[in-house]
Amino acid sequence: MTLPRLLWVPALLGFAVVVLPVIGLLGRVDWVRLPELVSSDAALSALGLSLQTAAMSTLLCLLLGGPLALVLARADFRGLRFLRSLVLLPLVLPPVVGGLALLYLLGRNGFLGQWLDVGFGLRLPYTTAAVVLAQTFVAMPFLVVSLEGALRTAGERYEAVAATLGAGRWTVLRRVTIPLLLPGIGSGVVLAFARALGEFGATIAFAGSLEGTTRTLPLEIYLQRESDVDAAVALSLLLVVIAIVVIAVARPRAVEGLR
Amino acid sequence: MKAEFQLARGAFALDVALTVEPGEVVAVVGPNGSGKSTLLNLIAGLVRPDAGHLQLGGRDLLGTPPHQRGIGLLAQEPLLFPHLTVLANVEFGPRAQRRADHREIALRWLEEVDALALAGRRPRQLSGGQAQRVALARALAAEPELMLLDEPLTALDVDAAPAVRGLLRRVLRAQNRPAIMVTHDALDALVLADRVIVLEAGRIVEQGPARAVLTRPRSAFAARIAGLNLVAGTTVEGGLRSSAGVVIAGLGSAGVGEEGVAVFSPAAVAVHRANPHGSPRNALRVRLAGMEPHGDLIRLRADDGLAADITPAAAAELELEPGEQVWFVVKATEVGVHAANGGV
Repeated sequence: MTLPRLLWVPALLGFAVVVLPVIGLLGRVDWVRLPELVSSDAALSALGLSLQTAAMSTLLCLLLGGPLALVLARADFRGLRFLRSLVLLPLVLPPVVGGLALLYLLGRNGFLGQWLDVGFGLRLPYTTAAVVLAQTFVAMPFLVVSLEGALRTAGERYEAVAATLGAGRWTVLRRVTIPLLLPGIGSGVVLAFARALGEFGATIAFAGSLEGTTRTLPLEIYLQRESDVDAAVALSLLLVVIAIVVIAVARPRAVEGLR
Repeated sequence: MKAEFQLARGAFALDVALTVEPGEVVAVVGPNGSGKSTLLNLIAGLVRPDAGHLQLGGRDLLGTPPHQRGIGLLAQEPLLFPHLTVLANVEFGPRAQRRADHREIALRWLEEVDALALAGRRPRQLSGGQAQRVALARALAAEPELMLLDEPLTALDVDAAPAVRGLLRRVLRAQNRPAIMVTHDALDALVLADRVIVLEAGRIVEQGPARAVLTRPRSAFAARIAGLNLVAGTTVEGGLRSSAGVVIAGLGSAGVGEEGVAVFSPAAVAVHRANPHGSPRNALRVRLAGMEPHGDLIRLRADDGLAADITPAAAAELELEPGEQVWFVVKATEVGVHAANGGV
């Protein structure tokens, strides 16, 4: 189809809105001090914590979100459509609201938090576990939505054939559903990891900003922005590089319908 | 197998009872939306009926999940698992059933469908005909007690279909395995099936031996798909000797001395008042029984059931009257000769 020429103007502007800020950031980088800035103790500690917590929450997303996607795509019961839209909640909710919600569920006065505290002596807020939970909360829909899409695209025909060949439900899941889903799992995992790595609002509301325990890279950047702008920009560059790697790995499949 | 199903889905209702004898191949034909595929899915257990029963080999199967039914399904699309090799695809059934000799079973079936050389390939490296042969081997390697075939030749191109049709005939006959095949092709029904069931709007409107239904159809649908000329007889080198003793030359893969049928379209028939004596042509002497409009053409019916479609101009020129003797002439290249099942 040939597009109306005028359409190119807003299209290019839209592209500029997405890309220009990153170029602006690159222009502000102090390239001489860069190695020193990204290898400071605080920076390395924040980066290490970010990578660890993002990996943990991605794993949690996969272990819980994978089965959730299967149920949403394959099960058939009343209210399923409603459940499916609820799963998108963290996607549309401001993360800081999600963090507050987590705090009032799992904080010392929250009904689940009280039970954990009294019953098991577990206090989650302001711990590394809280960071992982906050990241899992915001990243879960990314994994669930991409897996569910992949499952719907794949359809149930291969699974039906496997059943007529005598394969029970677990065998079908293990030998047909999951192997066919691997590309979708791959891009879902990468997207969830990227979202977890960039998580800020829910983390600061639910886990605070304690160096070495809950201060992840985005929190460190926000903090440095007040005192040392060059350091903040250098760390931002680090996240930009990670984001570009993520896009390079996940983009083709995420965009092309997870085939 | 004995089955009876009632199912209502919105405006569609299905109410069918059918029996398949051991070793019998039953073709189910019918217009789109008549419930053919639904019937197969009900038997396979992929769709639940509102009411009914299903018995196979003395077992009551209605409450049994698909994987415990022992009912194989070959669909229009081969649906080979794309992440597995051809061999692993065929091994899938025996492995799922925890057979220790799954490798041997798979190799034997690959050989049976002439696909042993493809064992190491991935499904995407196969042609349509090759993939369907492997899918057949995979279905049979699970050793089902009943095979369901859902238009197994429809997705194949015209070059690949005859070979797979011949293969289906060979393995279904050799195994003496009961099968139910959905098809829209009179030829498939004729070549592969003992009995034909015509389904319309969820009900069986006609059933009987394949050749009887296809040559003397009583339902509108059977008449429409069976608008072919069929001459029964015994296959000979390069053709078929009809039961009346006339040799009809044609093309086909049938062996010699088999019970068979020559098939040709009424549109391929030319009509002459005198025998044209052209060597590559078959000339059949018939007595005209009737004439009727057939689309833009005139369909001539002979009293032995053969039909010819000619233009109104040709009909006028020939000045034909019912009861007259004429020659139906058809080129050998327009005639297919097929082995057929004794179903008359």
